[in-house]
Amino acid sequence: MATASHTHDTHGHGDHGHHDHTPGFVARWFFSTNHKDIGILYLIFAVAAAFVGIGLSLLMRIELQSPGMQIFASGQAWNVAVTAHGVVMVFYVVMPALIGGFGNYFLPIMIGAPDMAFPRLNNISFWLLVPALLLTVGSLFVGGAGTGWTLYPPLSNSTYQAGMGPDMALFGLHLAGASSILGAANFITTVFNMRAPGMTLHKMPLFVWSMLVTAFLLLLSVPVLGGAITMLITDRNFGTAFFDPAGGGDPVLFQHLFWFFGHPEVYIMILPAFGIISHVLSTFSRKPIFGYLGMAYAMVAIGVVGFVVWAHHMFTSGISVDTRAYFMAATMVIAVPTGIKIFSWIATMWGGSISFKTPMLFAIGFIFLFTMGGVTGVKLANAGVDTILHNTYYVIAHFHYVLSLGAVFGIYAGFYYWIGKMSGKQYPEKWGQIHFWLTFIGVNLTFFPMHFLGAQGMPRRYPDYPDAFAGWNLIASLGSYISVASFLVFIYVCWRTFTSKEVAAANPWGEGATTLEWQVSSPPPFHTFDELPRIR
Amino acid sequence: MRRSIVSRFAGFAATFGVAAVSLLQGAPALAQAPAATAPGATVAPDTMIGAPVPWGIDLQRAGGPLKDAIHDFNVLVLWIIVAITIFVGALLAYVVWRFRASANPVPSRTSHHTLLEVAWTVVPVLILIVIAIPSFRLIYYQDRTRDAELTISVTGRQWYWHYAYPDHDNFAYDSYPVQTADLKPGQRRLLEVDEPLVVPVGKNIRILTSGQDVIHSFFVPSLGVQKYTIPGRTMETWMRADKVGTFYGQCNQICGENHWFMPIVVKAVPQAEFDAWVAGAKQRFAADAGAPADGQALVAELRR
Repeated sequence: MATASHTHDTHGHGDHGHHDHTPGFVARWFFSTNHKDIGILYLIFAVAAAFVGIGLSLLMRIELQSPGMQIFASGQAWNVAVTAHGVVMVFYVVMPALIGGFGNYFLPIMIGAPDMAFPRLNNISFWLLVPALLLTVGSLFVGGAGTGWTLYPPLSNSTYQAGMGPDMALFGLHLAGASSILGAANFITTVFNMRAPGMTLHKMPLFVWSMLVTAFLLLLSVPVLGGAITMLITDRNFGTAFFDPAGGGDPVLFQHLFWFFGHPEVYIMILPAFGIISHVLSTFSRKPIFGYLGMAYAMVAIGVVGFVVWAHHMFTSGISVDTRAYFMAATMVIAVPTGIKIFSWIATMWGGSISFKTPMLFAIGFIFLFTMGGVTGVKLANAGVDTILHNTYYVIAHFHYVLSLGAVFGIYAGFYYWIGKMSGKQYPEKWGQIHFWLTFIGVNLTFFPMHFLGAQGMPRRYPDYPDAFAGWNLIASLGSYISVASFLVFIYVCWRTFTSKEVAAANPWGEGATTLEWQVSSPPPFHTFDELPRIR
Repeated sequence: MRRSIVSRFAGFAATFGVAAVSLLQGAPALAQAPAATAPGATVAPDTMIGAPVPWGIDLQRAGGPLKDAIHDFNVLVLWIIVAITIFVGALLAYVVWRFRASANPVPSRTSHHTLLEVAWTVVPVLILIVIAIPSFRLIYYQDRTRDAELTISVTGRQWYWHYAYPDHDNFAYDSYPVQTADLKPGQRRLLEVDEPLVVPVGKNIRILTSGQDVIHSFFVPSLGVQKYTIPGRTMETWMRADKVGTFYGQCNQICGENHWFMPIVVKAVPQAEFDAWVAGAKQRFAADAGAPADGQALVAELRR
């Protein structure tokens, strides 16, 4: 990583922080064009949406705690809940937190830019998400969409999902997609045009690299989702038959379009977390990142290969055996750059002088849990075994290990790493550690038994299951209650932080924190840089 | 006593020999032909139930060659990924212990080691090749049966299964789930049906799946078979039960309200019993109207 330093006079911490033409409340938070304020809005939005997403998962685990229908009125109500859980978590929690939140706040600071390239575009990117979430949550009250987040027709067409619910959810996705595309264009332009003098691409911090790759993935994949759901909307409402075999359409076409978006989407969710983890490990090991170029280009490789593996979600959809062979091989290739990242992270810690602050705990937890999720991915990549694991709880376990334990641990690591910088107040270390251990135990207890359920053949999206599955489901439900409790602890940590009297220093982490955000006050002034920093 | 030792040794030698030969061949052959039995020998086939078991942590028991092949491959991959996870976990534990700030107050500044970086790129590639070779063999083996002795057409419907036997005058019937209140003692909740899919044991069975309303998935874990049933398409897979018994499965693609209550029961019976069942079934169930009467014609259509 580049050793970036701020060469002009050291800022007096906060000495010109809040009186440099800060606008009034309404102008600042509703018409905001400041990347830091928009980043904060994204983070608040993600936490608000997390209450919905986690609430739904709590309802689901209560239902699955024991055999028989417990609290859901019908299978359709259940299907609506699992769909909303997936959509909310993917589009309104993980993406806004990692990309909109941390990306907006820190990417411009890290490259020494005064703001994003298109501040007003940035504003509309955020405000498109609000109606998107309202449409998705609103759809729950008019019947909802009981299709799974994958939205496969014919189940999602108007014959089998009547009513306004699915249309609202689809429009919500459209708005969220537009928000993502605009945001991606903004990030790419910012990285290519707004770097401070001396900040070459190969000196950019890894978080910026991760955001750059993520932005390209968004820009190239989300329009395909847009096309697919537009065709779905016209199939539902205007009598077209893009996905209806009776009209010459093809249901499998939708699967290809969806996963052409859907697979890059999972890397969109995890790559920014990769970036955050690199910073945290380097900071708390007091060592530069190991193999910086390998780390950066491993992410580029993951992004590129991530676009040509989509049909591994469709091994049982009737694609030909040669096609399966190709997608299987291509998918396994992704294990190589991922392995480079895992081992480079460990090598970053090797020889370091490691202090175990909360962000570091989450980062180390991330490495181990992401490895577990990664290796089950290697297994699932093999179409031969996927024949009996596809759509079972093994898949649920796999993608929650990489997302619920990977991306979410990345979010928490970023939160604890940067909250002092963003709020000017430091979190309570003891409660941060309690939060980590509670989360670590809770999520493992929730998701590890799901490997067993999947191996035994329990299909996903079932509100009730054969009695043989009861044991591990009970364990998973107990684990989920611990996980929910850990989220409440997180909320308590937030409250303690914001009411804290302790003022965060510009750089609370010491010499290991080398990127530009640690050179400015906490919180950074409304206009971060009075003059552009020079990177040597 | 002495003879038994000799025979044990002979058994060991034979096993060793087979293992050596298969090693020389590179890997065990995946043959689709049923295991040959000596003429005149009366073999009582094993019986089994293919269903999940309480607190089970492994794959369901194998009831046929597809699942056996999946098991062999699964064991290989499972050990590799367990080893990788333990390796990474151990490295992390060592690093955390050895390089904690109190034990190592002065950090090193090393940030490159070309040999190491090449090694952790090349070694995973080699591991993936070890996985990929048997994996390719497995998917081509699974794809379809070259010499089907029976063709069955499977259609998923909201929310029951429809089976047709094109080789036997195309008689067809629906297979509905048994409501919990109607279960007999010893039956499995959410897994039983009124009319199971009956197949002869030890025979390669071609499965043709097609859809009618929404997408479902024909999924029988213990036989190692899964295929979507998609409207407007006919897709092919195959299975074989080598043990007499009952093999349970469930619909495995979200299909609406009762997705969770759409079980599959495959009953494998000896050929004679199957023939008798077919004779009775022809009387009980009408032929599927409009469908081709000949399984081969259907397959020819499919392969065009």
